[in-house]
Amino acid sequence: MLSMLRRREVQLGLIVVALACAVGFRAPVFLSARGLDSLFTDTAILVMMVLAQMLVILTRGVDLSVAANLALCGMLVARIGQFHPGVPLALLVPCAMFFGLVLGSINGLLIGFLRLPPIVVTLGAMSVFRGSIFVMSGGAWVSSHQMSPAFIDFPLQRLLGLPHLVWLAVGATLLAAYLTVYTRFGRELYAIGNHPVSARYVGIPIARRLFAVYAISGLVAGLCGYLWVARYAVAFTEIANGFELSVIAACVIGGVSIAGGVGTVAGAVLGALFLGVINNALPLLQISPFWESAITGAIILVAVVLNAREGPQPGRRILDAHAASESRAAAAGAEATVEP
Amino acid sequence: MSAPAGPAIADGRALRWGRVLGRWETLLVVVLAAVVAAGGAALPQFLDINNLADSTFNFSEKALIALAMALLIIVREIDISVAAILALASVAMGYANTLGVPAAGLACIGIGTGACCGALNGFLVTRFGIPSIVVTIGTMSLYRGIALVVLGDQAYSHYPESFGDWGQGYAFGFVPREFLVMLAFVALFALVLHATTIGRRVYAIGSNPLAARFSGVDVDAYRLGLFILAGTMAGLAGVLLTGRIGSTRPNIALGWELEAITMVILGGVSIAGGAGTIGGVFLAVLTLGMITYALGLANVPGILMTIVIGALLLVTIAVPASLRIGRPARR
Repeated sequence: MLSMLRRREVQLGLIVVALACAVGFRAPVFLSARGLDSLFTDTAILVMMVLAQMLVILTRGVDLSVAANLALCGMLVARIGQFHPGVPLALLVPCAMFFGLVLGSINGLLIGFLRLPPIVVTLGAMSVFRGSIFVMSGGAWVSSHQMSPAFIDFPLQRLLGLPHLVWLAVGATLLAAYLTVYTRFGRELYAIGNHPVSARYVGIPIARRLFAVYAISGLVAGLCGYLWVARYAVAFTEIANGFELSVIAACVIGGVSIAGGVGTVAGAVLGALFLGVINNALPLLQISPFWESAITGAIILVAVVLNAREGPQPGRRILDAHAASESRAAAAGAEATVEP
Repeated sequence: MSAPAGPAIADGRALRWGRVLGRWETLLVVVLAAVVAAGGAALPQFLDINNLADSTFNFSEKALIALAMALLIIVREIDISVAAILALASVAMGYANTLGVPAAGLACIGIGTGACCGALNGFLVTRFGIPSIVVTIGTMSLYRGIALVVLGDQAYSHYPESFGDWGQGYAFGFVPREFLVMLAFVALFALVLHATTIGRRVYAIGSNPLAARFSGVDVDAYRLGLFILAGTMAGLAGVLLTGRIGSTRPNIALGWELEAITMVILGGVSIAGGAGTIGGVFLAVLTLGMITYALGLANVPGILMTIVIGALLLVTIAVPASLRIGRPARR
């Protein structure tokens, strides 16, 4: 029981529940079926994006281009839907996913096969994607009356009482859990993040795995692009601006280590729910929306400071520090010297 | 800044090509020259001296941030919160202005706010050993959030006349003072990084923090100092920017952190740390500035420039990497 409580995910889960109860105490509507329903609906996209980002961060990478990718794919399907209303949704959604996959694959090629630093590549990709939305749309908006009803309705349509959005998030969670815990692919991602040099020596095809991870990240961003545009029934150049930082923040709160190799699906989902609870609670508590950013920032800092202080065993700290800098140096060295 | 000319060696082209590429700054000089030549040829107003001088307004403040960012990236850290620090510094000055603080006081408040924000970043990174990207994502949200809370949906303006002197003013009739401030800081940073013990230690930390610590470098003090420096430079940029545009709005300097990082990476600073020169960063600043200027003269919308800048970043790092592939690694 006590060892259960020591687990990060359990602690975080309790904090999320406590926070939700505290909010519910002040604003009972938050804990009503409708309140929870809208909480999960609002957080579904974040959950999916966080899970994909987690896979990237596990490999010591980061994908800053996800929000721009999301916006670009969203705009693409919105415009296809606008000009070719006959195209069925069953084709549009795969189209968004495929387009996202292609964009993510570009990142994957550069990072996996050219071994370029992820933060730089995805930063550049972010600018290019964001600018491309403007090129594609000419700066125009696609608003709700230009979208077909089927297009807009899908994310919020209910299946067994829950919106499609929530089902997709649940599906993504189960899939990610299966992937990280039970598949060789998932375990290899942890290995790459823990020690890239060793991972190479045991024969893990690092380049292919990195490629796959960024491609998956792109695919999920593409899907979420459609969901975002349909959910909010509007597409313009700036949608989801800065969302990548929320996604990364949720990962960090959820205990996914930015140094790679550490993180669980449960933690990542709880991190996303944590941000979701805060975002949904503020308007209910009648706190000015201007506070949202400051509160989110403060919470991220508190979360990472607590996380840093409560490391597994305090006595191991120096060893950890050595390991961290050694493997960082090794990674840098590997980039320069290890050639197939 | 450019590669030493050296005597011509009859050693074949491969070596010389390698040496030219090896010197990042040379490549940047070529790109810069190409941009200026193309701009001058295609746009009649491009080479007008007054236009050129005024175009420096667009990058001088960002360059100040990029200089400090370069040092941070050389020591393997990063500061995503610089633009938010700038915003908070600007808001602090706007608030102080409503209380009737004079122009010089406002500047001190702006720079001081920046230094405090940088100190908090540095404290969190060095005291708790949290990766700087995580810390500064959090503080970015925090600083801009505080700025938003103070500002609400308002905007501060009505700054005293003399406050805009450094942001808007000219020296010698046509050279913006901001540009001179930037040049002075470029010289200062270049001197410190390339000609002092401090600079060597910065490289040492970036190359191998552990070895630097065992060699007696107080690594954490340097990290803390550089975060404070980054905050201070962001505060200074805030003073200049606020003075130049004469108002503080919630979206001030939105997204500048990425532009500053782009300048640094394009300038040849390795994101893995331990390598890079101020000369390279300066050339990258000028190159990006000239591209932006040329596109602006050609009436290309601002957001298209983000494509150009992003693509430039990708191409500049991808081309050397793809040339490297298939070649045996040098030992």
